[in-house]
Amino acid sequence: MRTIRLVELAHARSGDKGNNSNIGLIARDPRYYEILCREVTIERVKRHFAGICLGTVERFELPNIHAINFVLHESLDGGGTLSLRTDAQGKTHAATLLMMEVQVDFTP
Amino acid sequence: MNKKKVTIAAGQGFWGDWLEAPVRQIQGGAIDYLMLDYLAEVTMSVLAKQKEANPALGYARDFPPLIERILSDIVQRNVKVISNAGGLNPRACAEAIVASARSRQIPVKVAVITGDDITALTSSRDFLHLETGGSLSQIRDRISAANAYIGADPIVEALQQGAQIVITGRVADPSMVLGPLRFAFGWKENDWDRLASGILAGHIIECGAQSSGGNFSGDWRAVPDLAHVGFPIIEAYEDGDFIVTKHPNTGGLVSQATVKEQMVYEIGDPTAYYTPDVVADFTTAQLSDAGPDRVRITGVKGKPRPGAYKVSISYFHGYRTVSTLVYSWPDAIAKAKAAAEILRIRIQDLGLQFEKIHSEVIGANACHGQLTDSNNELIPEVMLRFVVQGYHERDVKRFTREMAPLVLGGPPFATAYSGGKGDVSEVYGYWPSLIDRAEITPRVECLV
Repeated sequence: MRTIRLVELAHARSGDKGNNSNIGLIARDPRYYEILCREVTIERVKRHFAGICLGTVERFELPNIHAINFVLHESLDGGGTLSLRTDAQGKTHAATLLMMEVQVDFTP
Repeated sequence: MNKKKVTIAAGQGFWGDWLEAPVRQIQGGAIDYLMLDYLAEVTMSVLAKQKEANPALGYARDFPPLIERILSDIVQRNVKVISNAGGLNPRACAEAIVASARSRQIPVKVAVITGDDITALTSSRDFLHLETGGSLSQIRDRISAANAYIGADPIVEALQQGAQIVITGRVADPSMVLGPLRFAFGWKENDWDRLASGILAGHIIECGAQSSGGNFSGDWRAVPDLAHVGFPIIEAYEDGDFIVTKHPNTGGLVSQATVKEQMVYEIGDPTAYYTPDVVADFTTAQLSDAGPDRVRITGVKGKPRPGAYKVSISYFHGYRTVSTLVYSWPDAIAKAKAAAEILRIRIQDLGLQFEKIHSEVIGANACHGQLTDSNNELIPEVMLRFVVQGYHERDVKRFTREMAPLVLGGPPFATAYSGGKGDVSEVYGYWPSLIDRAEITPRVECLV
């Protein structure tokens, strides 16, 4: 087994809706989709965003495009106009998720 | 096979997007419609402030000069333009365009869509917060604008009346693409699958270059010539199938990957993407390659439209100032954090009252929080960013004097203060809610 970052298996985009951000995580190859579904769980995402996401994490699968959508509640310090953060709209939350490490038994 | 095809090009993804994009969309090849999106959640607050200062304003002021630039082209090529540039004052926006067209003796029919402004209703009744369930009474005395997100119906009507330019206020962004498709193909207002197709098409191009190679995380180095990025174009067919593409000889990239990234942008449950026109199921869309820079989308399914419109209410939420300072090696991160601590003590000593105080170290923890935070002493430089927000303007103003003294009286090797002296800005909050469809009557009026 080797440890890699999600960025080797997926690409992603994130944005804001009120005080929630969403991250669409897309498999770079359909073969990786199953790994994303297995490894990138609600619990792991919640832990990964400790200090950023203060609420719950929702997870939705889009098998047609080999993607998973995560909604991170209370993750924008009040939302786009009220947040004092540099990234008030969660535009880089996708990058944060792509840093996550996963164990795989192949070389992508 | 000679199916009827309708072509819709995106010209702006937000107010502030590339000014050359709409011109290049008109001149780069044949299109039927040009759609320009100017309104984000935050934009309505900005417009409310401008309208308050001058009742003749409150719309995207970039838009009339843009139309002036492309007017003769769109008339000559019979390109119809649809935009929500009207913001909080679509009539004034349309009048500015009509006046300029008249002075150049180019006759053009401009439709104004109103009925989304519900500010008057907010004084007498409650609009519960969509996420928190809170009562509007918390902010009622501070409301600056309230609008319902209306749908494609009035856009269809405006096009039926022969408008060349359709100017709306707060319309759901993808409805600006669905409107011309319904008009061109005669889709019924309960043809849920076709409507869902049109909404997905709108969703894919409403953020401009984000579906044609911009902000693409798949492989940004492989996207050619972003300096001349081609904004996305929809080629739609009567059965609801459509192709995402861009003009030939433009930069950027349209691939399944770039389209997928935009499909998942700012969505919740992908099986229920709510719009005023239809609830679209993005998990039913099938993507396939249709040539270079061409992606075909088929099979989109929809469910009946909701009984309520979404409402956005913006309200005054105090004052804010942002101050920054750059710290150099050695110990750049630790020094920036020490400087922030000094500022917090001084705020206390001065008795300044703030609702929120926030500090970040750009280069360590600003985007990814504790995941990347460290005290790595090798980092060459970082920027301390310190933000305060509160209702007492005097206290916020007073704070703007606190960062500079750290250059001489704080940890060593601080610089770039002149770029970081904060101005005091007003802050507006965003209050989402719902309103019953029956209470909203969109209106269409044509000016010539």
